[in-house]
Amino acid sequence: MSDSNRGVSQQGSPETFAEQPAHSGIGDLPNPRSQFSLQALMRGDLGFIPVLLTLAVITLYFQITTSGVFLEARNLSNLTQQIVVISILGTAAVLVLLLGEIDLSLVAVAQTCAAIMAVLSVYQNWNAWLAILAGLLTGLVIGLLNGFFIAVLRVPSFIVTLAGSIGYAGLLLLVLGRQTTLVVRDPVIRSIAPTYLSPVIGWGIPLLLVALYGLGIWFEQQRRQRAGLPVKSPTKLALQIGLALVVTVVMVFLFQSYQGVPQSVLISLGVIVVFWLILKKTPFGRHLYAVGGNPEAARRAGINVVGMKLTVFALASTLAALAGIMLTSRSTAVATQISSTLLLNAIAAAVIGGVSLFGGRGSVWAVVLGALIIGSLDNGLDLLNQDQSVKAIVQGAVLLLAVTVDAVVRRTNPGKGK
Amino acid sequence: MTEGSISVAASDSREQPATPRLQLRGIKKSFGGVQALKNVDFEVHAGEVVGLVGDNGAGKSTLIKTMSGAYIPDEGEILIDGQPVTITSPQDSTRLGIETVYQDLALCDNLDVVANLWLGREAYRDIIPGLLRVLDETEMEQRTSEVLKTLDVRIPSMRSPVATLSGGQRQCIAVAKTILRQPKVVLLDEPTAALGVAQTRQVLNLIRRLREQGLAVVVISHNLHDVFDVADRVIVMRLGQRAATFEIHNTTPERVVAAITGAEYGDVPKTAEGL
Repeated sequence: MSDSNRGVSQQGSPETFAEQPAHSGIGDLPNPRSQFSLQALMRGDLGFIPVLLTLAVITLYFQITTSGVFLEARNLSNLTQQIVVISILGTAAVLVLLLGEIDLSLVAVAQTCAAIMAVLSVYQNWNAWLAILAGLLTGLVIGLLNGFFIAVLRVPSFIVTLAGSIGYAGLLLLVLGRQTTLVVRDPVIRSIAPTYLSPVIGWGIPLLLVALYGLGIWFEQQRRQRAGLPVKSPTKLALQIGLALVVTVVMVFLFQSYQGVPQSVLISLGVIVVFWLILKKTPFGRHLYAVGGNPEAARRAGINVVGMKLTVFALASTLAALAGIMLTSRSTAVATQISSTLLLNAIAAAVIGGVSLFGGRGSVWAVVLGALIIGSLDNGLDLLNQDQSVKAIVQGAVLLLAVTVDAVVRRTNPGKGK
Repeated sequence: MTEGSISVAASDSREQPATPRLQLRGIKKSFGGVQALKNVDFEVHAGEVVGLVGDNGAGKSTLIKTMSGAYIPDEGEILIDGQPVTITSPQDSTRLGIETVYQDLALCDNLDVVANLWLGREAYRDIIPGLLRVLDETEMEQRTSEVLKTLDVRIPSMRSPVATLSGGQRQCIAVAKTILRQPKVVLLDEPTAALGVAQTRQVLNLIRRLREQGLAVVVISHNLHDVFDVADRVIVMRLGQRAATFEIHNTTPERVVAAITGAEYGDVPKTAEGL
């Protein structure tokens, strides 16, 4: 397990810790940073390494205490499907956190949008895809409403989304009427999450993505070489791509040895890859980090900060709607009861993975690691037949630890945050 | 006449009172009942560094903000290369080739040097023309490398976050950011405040480089030592007026101080003969 996770992060964020220290740039000043030192750890320069170590320890612990059940293909397949909703919600949380804001209404929005989809499907007999689209559009509208208050009227996002979470929970009750749960019978909606992909697709899509990733890196290195910029050594490149390939192959092989690659896992990874590319490669992503780092500098650079915030909150709520739909598909029903731990778990996934609560710092791949840690704890403690009380205490402690690390890193290096 | 640093050959080929790159004439600006600028003239030539000095509240900042478009003057005109222009917003000013580096630098600490330099005007590469375009990191890094080389700015890595740089390096990055836009005039607000000795030297060297590139540079500073080190002319503001102008070669810090404090007529014995 730990191997695969290391791979995911490598594949996802070569820039964050593989590429940075290598360039010598202009001038002949010595690079003051050594890679593995306590100071580097305190500065947070090691990227995902501390989180990976944590995950490795957790994995090892459960592997031993469950006498091998934890890393079985069946359990890993379950575990990855359990964290799909957290991953998608976590991605939404990352977008908002990068801006230096927070969205407390994510889960309420997710369940409300899912309820609207369910009602349209069950009572109005809408086509499944139309109902899903309506659910996503509801998310978009709610996000724009949140964003309007936060970006245009400049009300703190904490308050707007807190009020929102209460209000949208009320909307959920209104939509579902007297029923506390509404079972969705539409086969299309029910089949989104629990479907396993055929081996051709299950192997094909991940391998295609790795190939594209490798080609992209190779192409970029060629361009850099032509431009006379420093390039990475071929060994390092081969290692980077090779690692991505190995991890993908191991993961897909594990999935195939059970029932196949779960469609929901591929969807959530797809969401993460898309947003990783948006954040890394597009001007929108660059500007998002800029607004989170220094809104005033971003404004002076001609970036439309208000538009940026509106867009991000709209995206976050739309993603929340998607998460709600996945949740409904997995549990085959919508409920009026808002999940009490889901929101915190989603934000925790982002923060555990190293996304700063203060904006401008972190990668969307953080969600994969954070969600895996939370999911592993949940799954492992279940395997050990631990009580809900123990689970809650352990998860609370891990979240506190992650936020403490974030705060200490920022204090040690005050330049990094706001 | 004013371009002390330009070579003799250069000033020969030009008509003697050359057209200033940026000129302000009869600028007046009031805030409520307070007259911050009372009929101020100002000029800076290409390839010249002008030090703008004065006590707190003398009108330096108001004057700079008039040039950078943050304030709109009540009266007076602004000319660039002899052509009257209207500046009603910072965007106007930028469009006309006037770049301002404020004291707070406006850098994003979490972004690397390349990202900061190009923020808001990134280079793109079309993946699907008209639909999908991505950042062209190679192009940006290459141009950044060129600009930093031209300005002789030394940093450990172009891909390190700005937060890891020293104050002097950050100042240099803030200046380099404006240079990418190929401005005509660069206004620097207290560029050496809060910098150590070595870092100050680094920034002053950078200002000299800007002059060598033929830019008109205006430096607001409280530090007369730095002004004398780098400027060709000093313009002294006092009580909203231009109190005095000195060629750096023919003056002393004492006389400039006397002009700043309004003591040039008698209070300071040394300058009494210099009228």
